[in-house]
Amino acid sequence: MILIYAESPDGQLKKVALEAVTYGAKLAKMMGTSCAALTIGNVQDAGSLGKYGADKVYNIPGDSVDMYNVARAVSDTAEKLDAEVVVLPFTTTGKSIQGRIAARLKAGAVSGVSALPDLSDGFVVRKPVFSGKAFADNKITSVRKVLSLMGNAIPLEETGSPVGVEAIDVPLVNCKVHRISVEKQAGGIPLPEADLVVSGGRGLKGPENWNILLELAEALGAATACSRPVADMDWRPHHEHVGQTGLAIHPNLYLAMGISGAIQHLAGVNNSKTIVVINKDSEAPFFKAADYGVVGDLFEVVPRLTEAVKRFKAG
Amino acid sequence: MKLLVCISQTPDTTANISFKDNDTAFNPDGVQFIMNPYDEWYALVRALELKESVGGTVTVLNVGPATNDAVIRKGLAIGADDAVRIDAEAVSADFVAFQIAEYAKDKGYDAIFLGKETIDYNGAIVPSMVAEYLDLPFVSLAQQMDVEGNTATVKRDIEGGVEVLKVDFPFVLSAAKGLAEQRIPNMKGIMMSRRKPLNVVPAVDFTNPVEVIHFEKPAPKSAVKLIDPENMDELVNLLHNEAKVI
Ligand SMILES: Cc1cc2nc3c(=O)[nH]c(=O)nc-3n(C[C@H](O)[C@H](O)[C@H](O)COP(=O)(O)OP(=O)(O)OC[C@H]3O[C@@H](n4cnc5c(N)ncnc54)[C@H](O)[C@@H]3O)c2cc1C
Repeated sequence: MILIYAESPDGQLKKVALEAVTYGAKLAKMMGTSCAALTIGNVQDAGSLGKYGADKVYNIPGDSVDMYNVARAVSDTAEKLDAEVVVLPFTTTGKSIQGRIAARLKAGAVSGVSALPDLSDGFVVRKPVFSGKAFADNKITSVRKVLSLMGNAIPLEETGSPVGVEAIDVPLVNCKVHRISVEKQAGGIPLPEADLVVSGGRGLKGPENWNILLELAEALGAATACSRPVADMDWRPHHEHVGQTGLAIHPNLYLAMGISGAIQHLAGVNNSKTIVVINKDSEAPFFKAADYGVVGDLFEVVPRLTEAVKRFKAG
Repeated sequence: MKLLVCISQTPDTTANISFKDNDTAFNPDGVQFIMNPYDEWYALVRALELKESVGGTVTVLNVGPATNDAVIRKGLAIGADDAVRIDAEAVSADFVAFQIAEYAKDKGYDAIFLGKETIDYNGAIVPSMVAEYLDLPFVSLAQQMDVEGNTATVKRDIEGGVEVLKVDFPFVLSAAKGLAEQRIPNMKGIMMSRRKPLNVVPAVDFTNPVEVIHFEKPAPKSAVKLIDPENMDELVNLLHNEAKVI
């Protein structure tokens, strides 16, 4: 049995949760077993997880915001169902619970996995290491295993149909950490989940010029990111900072303008599927990591690109 | 307060990564090692600030071989009172977390701080595992912490925002950017660090469940395709038809 925790903040299933179910369903096939998805609290349309391959969808009713009892709920469910592998999303929630769950289940844990395991000689699973500069193949020898799946690592696949949601009798324990409030950025697409990302660096010269970037992002339907100095100078909020000391992202498209491509910046973005670099300096190191490059002044090139995108979208 | 900060050693952020022994092991030749930035800049400094405001001690702990002593001494130079090294290779998150917890379990720490992840293995598993072994509450990805009496109010990074949490001591915390400002050790700190205790203790038995058996570098990118800056329709066309991302 494979158990997947389908994370659903505010009752909405996250894309990474759907990816985790797709992953778990494929893994279950490889291992000749079934897979179940677990949701906690009041989750909209939980049965739709069946479409991504969940044989069963379980729900623990109740309100749970503390990672302590989420971890307990997942590990207790894994015990109850005798799950061999637990799959979590590698999100801020995943990072809060994976170690707890693994310790409770006496399981080996590998985080941020980017591919299905190789089962030809034991259980070997791959993850990016050294901030994307290499991959490591991890052999897990414990009976139980806890994996967390990197976002955007595998394409969503609808192979099944919706299933009924069953309540499962796993009590939620008391919280030890209390949530006081949540401040979410207004509007926009959260960066860690975005397929398309438009990012700006010091080359934009100042926060007042960000409208060029925002207009392109809006035309594309992309999230926005920035280099570290940009966040440090408070031109943009800190949650947009990508790189070694910021967020590591791996969207389908990473479009960088006015960013030189320092190694610490690349560390956070070099796993993106396609990289486009716009820079006026043809010697900028970022071009070495790019798929497509435009050598030119971003203040001219970017508005032109925005118009081209609009023409394309208009059909 | 009695505080424990777990630190690890990682390759410098600009290090050239290579492997040896048929790509089964990291090649340390010519690599400069540093203290993991999340441990040093944020976890350790915030613990020192807390000690400075309420009194107490800060101990730094590392699971690793004697070659890590220079990095551990840096922790002492920045201001930790004493250090512990658990003498074993840090072979996996499971192993490291178990060793930390076994050491800490009967020492009565008021809080245990760790970096949110290391910059080499990018695991982010050890902190919550330590919390579980010690049956302590855990706050991850803390970017701000205010302490009043026995309670900490912590701002934690979440997708697209922040969450504000309250937790009573003792607890385990993993540190993200913003929790504190990096401190550069001064001459006095470096001199004093040589006289501060660094206790080496043996590891306890633990069957390691995860082992890296092979490393691989990503395939080199093919050369960048340059697009005429006058012709952005061409770029859109390539993104749609060739890269298939829009
Ligand atoms: C330990 C450590 C950790 C770090 N972590 C991170 C991290 O997580 N993320 C990160 O981003 N950085 C990080 N850095 C900093 C990193 O080394 C670089 O300093 C930083 O990424 C540079 O930001 P930038 O590219 O925006 O600015 P710059 O390097 O100043 O580059 C600006 C670029 O804009 C171009 N430009 C200027 N004007 C125009 C124009 N009109 N049109 C087109 N192009 C133009 C220039 O040619 C230049 O290439 C870290 C550094 C250290 C030491």
